[in-house]
Amino acid sequence: MSSPVASSGGAVAAGWYKHPAVQQLGWAIAGISILVALWTLFGYYIAGNPKTQSFASFGFIPTMHAFPELWELGKLQSAVMVSTYRLGAGLAIAVAIGVPVGILMGRVKRFRELSNSPFQLLRMVSPLSWMPIAVYVYATWDGAIIFLIAMAAVWPVMFQTAAGLSKVDPAWFKVARNLGASSTQMLTRIIIPAITFDVLSGIRLALGVAWIVLVPAEYLGVTSGLGYAIQDARGTLSYHWLTAMVMTIGAIGYCLDSILVLLIKRFSWHRGG
Amino acid sequence: MSIRGTEIKIQGLTHRYTPRSPVTFNRVDLESPSGEALAIIGRSGCGKSTLLHILAGILKPTEGRVLLDGKSVEAPSPRWVMMFQAPHLFPWMTVTQNVGVGLSFGRWSKKEIQERVTEAINLVELQDYAQKNTQDLSGGQQQRVALARSLVMEPELLLLDEPFSALDAFTRASLQKDVRSIAKRLGFNIVIVTHDIDEAVIMADRAVIMAGSPGSIVDEFEVDLPDPRDRADPVVQKLRAELMARFQSAVRAKGGVPAMEEEVQ
Repeated sequence: MSSPVASSGGAVAAGWYKHPAVQQLGWAIAGISILVALWTLFGYYIAGNPKTQSFASFGFIPTMHAFPELWELGKLQSAVMVSTYRLGAGLAIAVAIGVPVGILMGRVKRFRELSNSPFQLLRMVSPLSWMPIAVYVYATWDGAIIFLIAMAAVWPVMFQTAAGLSKVDPAWFKVARNLGASSTQMLTRIIIPAITFDVLSGIRLALGVAWIVLVPAEYLGVTSGLGYAIQDARGTLSYHWLTAMVMTIGAIGYCLDSILVLLIKRFSWHRGG
Repeated sequence: MSIRGTEIKIQGLTHRYTPRSPVTFNRVDLESPSGEALAIIGRSGCGKSTLLHILAGILKPTEGRVLLDGKSVEAPSPRWVMMFQAPHLFPWMTVTQNVGVGLSFGRWSKKEIQERVTEAINLVELQDYAQKNTQDLSGGQQQRVALARSLVMEPELLLLDEPFSALDAFTRASLQKDVRSIAKRLGFNIVIVTHDIDEAVIMADRAVIMAGSPGSIVDEFEVDLPDPRDRADPVVQKLRAELMARFQSAVRAKGGVPAMEEEVQ
């Protein structure tokens, strides 16, 4: 919060609250506070009503008590570790497949025309519907879940990469070739920097889908991860643990998304938005 | 920076885009001695730009060949660099990075790259903009970056495809003068394709006129003027009028409509 001084070039520290970053943070805190307030009110409402009293621990305050409990038991840490590992592995596979295939789609017209229909068709299959097949194919639950995440995440990465490449000025290739670029240099020095922004936008979309797929995938069969922890909490009627896990899912998703937004800003060379 | 020129020989060059499409130009022969600045002028569609792309090795001729110092041009090379109508800079790089990009493709040490890039940037007078993003530069400054990016390769031949046509008249005039003076100072060849008679008179030692469809070289004209050339100079204006008259009669002789002032200026 020390930078607003630099922007106006003088001693205007008093106007720090006018800095866009401070304002943005202010709005974020205000928005979250409204959400928490509504949740707290809702908690009081169900606690006060004899019919719903048994669900009182869904409220905000019991949920806040659940965090230290879950932390001490080690449940929170292990669920987060396992789930983020699955997410990371699935996303990594999606990027490893999606980016090269996307580049191929963007560069080779024949391949784009040939692959468009089958890829669009596969994309529209709900990732969770692969579950039975994944369970047959993979020996471990981990393998099956990672496969499902990769299946969900690969399409946005692939299509965004291809779309990014189609926006690239073809003259860049002509110029680079004229200046002596080899095929490898064309890829690493021209293509990749030109499309990093689009690839990251694709990963951001993929992350959203993957995070959504992860939890229901963990409802089925496994005995670890955030999805399992929610199921487990429901089974033992520990509702405040359940909401704490739901909160954790939201918070992690929000943080990961924010990191990608920062990366996208860093790698964007587009001017004017 | 020391650059030498190259002797250009174009022999029996014929081009058509596909076996069925009409001939773009037919059996073109053209020679240019080392260090010459040559202008190819003609109306749109006479094949002059295609000819330049073949010279650069970007397109292949249907028949005939291009020899530079006796060696056939088969592919693009940093020894013959082309500049286009638009600068086509890499927007994620600074001015310095853009200028050095060609050297970074080759086997140059960081120190050598830095030295040559600095020299090239000084040559096009962009010292104050070296660390800027190219998107913050004006059109003329961007075209100067593209020029420096070409010059840093120390090419024997600089190919210019109407490179200043998108710029305002004032910027265009200063770049035309600068490119000519740099080329003459360093000794490399220029081949410039243009439909702007002024550009040919200011920049070239010799102008060849391309006309007809399929195109062919119908006339040539020595631009025998001292440097620096100023378009307000009566001698320059007289030569410009002569070249315009030659151009119009050449086009007429090919059965074309005489060039309009708007198109060939």
